[in-house]
Amino acid sequence: MQDFARAFADSFRQILALDAGFVEIVGLSLRVSLTATLLSCLIGLLLGAWLAVARFSGRQALIILVNAMMGLPPVVVGLFVYLNLSRAGPFGWLGLLYTPTAMILAQTILITPIVAALSRQVLEDLHGEYGEHFASLGLGRMGQVRAILWDGRYSLITVALAAFGRSVAEVGAVIIVGGNIEHLTRVMTTAIALETSKGNLQLAMALGMVLLVIALAVNGLVSSLRLSASRLGYA
Amino acid sequence: MRDGETKAEAGRGHLKLVGAGLPGHHALSCRNLTYRAGGRPLIDGISLDLVRGGITAVIGYNGAGKSLLLRLLHGLIRPSSGEILWHGEALSPAHRKLQAMVFQKPVLLRRNALDNVVFALASHGIHDRERAEDALFRVGLADAAGRAARLLSGGEQQRLMLAMALARAPQLLFLDEATASLDPASIQAIEEIVLDAVAAGTKVVMVTHDLGQAKRLAGEVVFIDRGRKAEAAPTDSFFNNPRSAVAQAYLEGRLPHQFQIHRSQA
Amino acid sequence: MTRFSSSLHLLALTGAMALAGGAQAQDKSILVQSTTSTANSGLYDYLLPEFEKASGIKVNVVAVGTGQAIKNAQNCDGDVLLVHAKAAEEKFVAEGYGVTRSDLMYNDFIIVGPQADPAGVAGMNDVKAALAKLSQSGAAFASRGDDSGTHKKEMSLWKAAGIEPSGEWYRSTGSGMGATLNAGIGMGAYVMTDRATWISFGNKGDYQIAVEGDPEMFNQYGVILVNPDKCPTVKQADGQAFIDWLLSDDGQKAIGGYQIDGQQLFFPDAE
Repeated sequence: MQDFARAFADSFRQILALDAGFVEIVGLSLRVSLTATLLSCLIGLLLGAWLAVARFSGRQALIILVNAMMGLPPVVVGLFVYLNLSRAGPFGWLGLLYTPTAMILAQTILITPIVAALSRQVLEDLHGEYGEHFASLGLGRMGQVRAILWDGRYSLITVALAAFGRSVAEVGAVIIVGGNIEHLTRVMTTAIALETSKGNLQLAMALGMVLLVIALAVNGLVSSLRLSASRLGYA
Repeated sequence: MRDGETKAEAGRGHLKLVGAGLPGHHALSCRNLTYRAGGRPLIDGISLDLVRGGITAVIGYNGAGKSLLLRLLHGLIRPSSGEILWHGEALSPAHRKLQAMVFQKPVLLRRNALDNVVFALASHGIHDRERAEDALFRVGLADAAGRAARLLSGGEQQRLMLAMALARAPQLLFLDEATASLDPASIQAIEEIVLDAVAAGTKVVMVTHDLGQAKRLAGEVVFIDRGRKAEAAPTDSFFNNPRSAVAQAYLEGRLPHQFQIHRSQA
Repeated sequence: MTRFSSSLHLLALTGAMALAGGAQAQDKSILVQSTTSTANSGLYDYLLPEFEKASGIKVNVVAVGTGQAIKNAQNCDGDVLLVHAKAAEEKFVAEGYGVTRSDLMYNDFIIVGPQADPAGVAGMNDVKAALAKLSQSGAAFASRGDDSGTHKKEMSLWKAAGIEPSGEWYRSTGSGMGATLNAGIGMGAYVMTDRATWISFGNKGDYQIAVEGDPEMFNQYGVILVNPDKCPTVKQADGQAFIDWLLSDDGQKAIGGYQIDGQQLFFPDAE
């Protein structure tokens, strides 16, 4: 146990020694995952709202599909994006493989179903609650969507958080499409994978702890926001 | 504010117009209105003529189809057959904007009280904050404007619902057991607001189980039994001399014939 | 359904493109498809700054198994290929994917095992005999099993020893060198690794080198420019500049000078 504690202390010293490089890795992690979360919210919230409010044949099948896609393995998404962005693939001419953009793209595809499926549930519940009132007001579909998106905002932030959590924690997709290139596409998780493969298990573990701390900070921030909102009766 | 007595008169004012004949006099009519679910008729061939002005109470046993009838008349649900006429015209979604409905359970957005009214007005293309504030004032919620709607008391929430409905100056207001779970003071406050609205020319159709309330407010009563109109009469004659057996049973506090509890013999 | 997914794809792509920015702006850079063993050993961290200083060309390294590195290069996703599987490299060139192949450097493979040495192979320098003894002892052996250069080499050694490795003792991890070492050490299995990875490996436990020194375990690295005729996007001049530097006296001296704990990891042997 004492060894373990000392190992951790050593590792944190190593992390601090990484200084600029370490900051760069954390920065890229946040940049990639936050951008992917933003994009996935743009697409996923619209899709979720549409699925929550619209009634059409095949809707249930689409919901099941979107729910199932929440379980997409990151490696499969990575491979899919790799095959598309590879020079030999249909979008190879864009020259995006092994760039942060490719990583953002892969993570966006990975987490958009999460945003869509979870927000669909949140928004459908809200719409069930408000539906008759909206109909009585004669509110059009777009007006309804706008209203439930706004009223569900605190629940939807939690949805975005779940998506961010998944994207910042996954390694399978970004290591394939990013290539874990130093100073270019190395993020927290691929750095952890690299240090593990070098046998630097303590350093890898310590990096994992840093990732956890970041996740805790983001979650804590949002939770306190939500808590105060619910105390105010807005969540 | 006028006293309750005068307002009660306003509610009953159009008693004499019941069945007055000319279609132009009817705010809302329905002919052979039927709604089926799972092959079973839940509303079964109801025809009604609701005169302009005054208050019509819709009463009946639980499950008789009263709330469903209101939703059909308001256009929230499409009937299986039959027609609904608004001032002699087939009811269209545009007409719904001239009506309002308050549900038994208040439906409030996760916003403050004023913003709820502002939202209701905006959905009618009315962007007028002062008018929303005025509506809150009229229901006695001026001080609650900035409070979260969902943290208001049950009575305040229902008054807020009324403010949202009345801010739009509807020609017809549906109340679906709007006071069912409120304390006497809240009920009285809401009745006063409703009577004010009637005095200002709004027609009210209300579902209620509170017979005292029906007597106090309504000019006419429609009694619904198992999806059918059992009886429609001026309030006084309905309560003093109900013609249908089922309405008699209801007023005497008995369960209808088919639901009577058979006690086993000792 | 198809329309939905493709429009989703397109939307995401458009959004991502809008954010492309910085990464693409790098004007002088090349991409090297290489192996985990060279990257994990720290060689590039030592070598590349020297080349970048001399040439102004930024070198980005993707480290995967040799098999995948070759596949990536065949897809034109790289300018230079630096791996260690001579036969596969020559095939790559023969099929027109690469321009020419040059010997760059070598080190050797070793077999590491637990101090207790359950197979009794410690100190042997005849790899075929050691493998035969190992397979009969029932002691566990962890293999990469990932079509990497190291895995190909291991398979050729089993073949040379006349053994078809299978059974419960033979454990194929399907992972990179480091992961296989971690797994092997975790379950007390012997592992074949390149010496560079082993020297720089941080999780040795009580493991020691058991078998080394057989000329059969020689590990040759080669470097190839991806063929611009097949892949027009290849940065020919910059890629060639990197290869030329590696093969030059300066580059060769730099490779030979890389040490960990006083041990030389790679031995330059360009002609």
